Amino acid sequence: MSAKLSNAQIAWRAAQDIEDGAYVNLGIGFPEMVAKFQPPGKQAIFHTENGVLNFGEAPAEGEEDWDLINAGKKAITLRPGAAFFHHADSFGMVRGGHLDVAILGTYEVAENGDLANWSTGPKGVPAVGGAMDLVHGAKRVAVITDHVTKDGKPKLVKKCTLPLTGVGCVTRVYTSLAVLDIEGGRFVLREKLPTMSVADLQAVTGAEMVLPDQIGDLVAPEL
Amino acid sequence: MDKTVPDLAAAVSGIEDGMVLMVGGFGGSGAPIELIHALIDCFKATGSPKNLTVVNNNAGNGRIGIAAMIDAGMVAKMICSFPRSADPRAFTEKYLAGDIGLELVPQGTLAERIRAGGAGIPAFYTPASYGTDVAKGKPVAEFDGKHYVQERWLKADAALIKAELADTLGNLTYRKAARNFSPLMAAAAKLTIVQATRIVTPGDIDPEQVVTPGIFVNRIVEVAEPRQEEALMREGVAYV
Repeated sequence: MSAKLSNAQIAWRAAQDIEDGAYVNLGIGFPEMVAKFQPPGKQAIFHTENGVLNFGEAPAEGEEDWDLINAGKKAITLRPGAAFFHHADSFGMVRGGHLDVAILGTYEVAENGDLANWSTGPKGVPAVGGAMDLVHGAKRVAVITDHVTKDGKPKLVKKCTLPLTGVGCVTRVYTSLAVLDIEGGRFVLREKLPTMSVADLQAVTGAEMVLPDQIGDLVAPEL
Repeated sequence: MDKTVPDLAAAVSGIEDGMVLMVGGFGGSGAPIELIHALIDCFKATGSPKNLTVVNNNAGNGRIGIAAMIDAGMVAKMICSFPRSADPRAFTEKYLAGDIGLELVPQGTLAERIRAGGAGIPAFYTPASYGTDVAKGKPVAEFDGKHYVQERWLKADAALIKAELADTLGNLTYRKAARNFSPLMAAAAKLTIVQATRIVTPGDIDPEQVVTPGIFVNRIVEVAEPRQEEALMREGVAYV
């Protein structure tokens, strides 16, 4: 096993925790990958903000119907039992607590569950999309991310420095090195790469982790 | 009663300078391209309408639709959640030059503000954006131990909507995910203008299937073969 999980492996690990029949929203970009790794026998129902429940894989090239897209504006297909609805109903599903899981990407996540994933600062054109709604309402709000930034700085921090998407909203973090729950305003380490020591993991984590007696091995198949 | 109008030019007549204009669609899905282009034609011929405030989830893509309106200089301000796209040049250039305004609204809040506008609800509370820069200056209240941000309704002078079927009374159906914001906008605008792929006789749409009841619709024009923004983008079309 390499020194860290690939994005596909992080997505695979997050997918293992999605229950059969769960209603799930996947953020645009990297989180969309989670859909590919549903375990056999567990069929999630995917929600997209623009008004579709129970969509399936992308169509073959040339088969796209551009009235049938996901929130990332990518062409999708429907599974049997799909439904269309307007945007207010769609976000009613979100804020109303009807989704079981939302899985999002992030720039930073703080130990109190604060999430910063929409803006890297005042430069350029700001765009928020549905992120600020999605972090409220889903029973579990999980984040999938590399453990550190491209320059090696911690993405799991004591306090976010970038503009917030939501306050105290994240419940679980899947990273390239570990799985952590956010409980009582702290990162609780649940799994880590078996090849990595707790001390080395702590060194690249920007807040002190809580270490329970049982810490599992984070192991994903080659993908 | 028959709400059909003879052509696109008649459909978009009466949209004036400075109006708030809602435009249905999410990206290219549900974008009423032909109505938007008819409005651009009107602007080119008469210099009006301009200084529009446009409400849409996005802020245009490429050189067609809302992006072409921005390029033409018709838009003073966008109210949207995500002013990015595959080719956001039209909005980005004007925004960075300070030539166009932006009110950035979280997507669910945008939808609910429009819904509230159509439903006569002046304000509501949402958890979205609490504690973020987007909530700055907005009233906050606590309900059952959780914090919420007050948001106000959003109404429009006119809305441009793309439907699949319309009967002459204005009852509408939509095609697949092209529905998105359109039923909300149809209700929130004083003048709701619809392009439908097919106009049928009252009774030809099963009442069980009606998504937007005709009470929300003022004008209907048939566009039998509507173009799709994504397809036009791939063909490299520019509406200039």
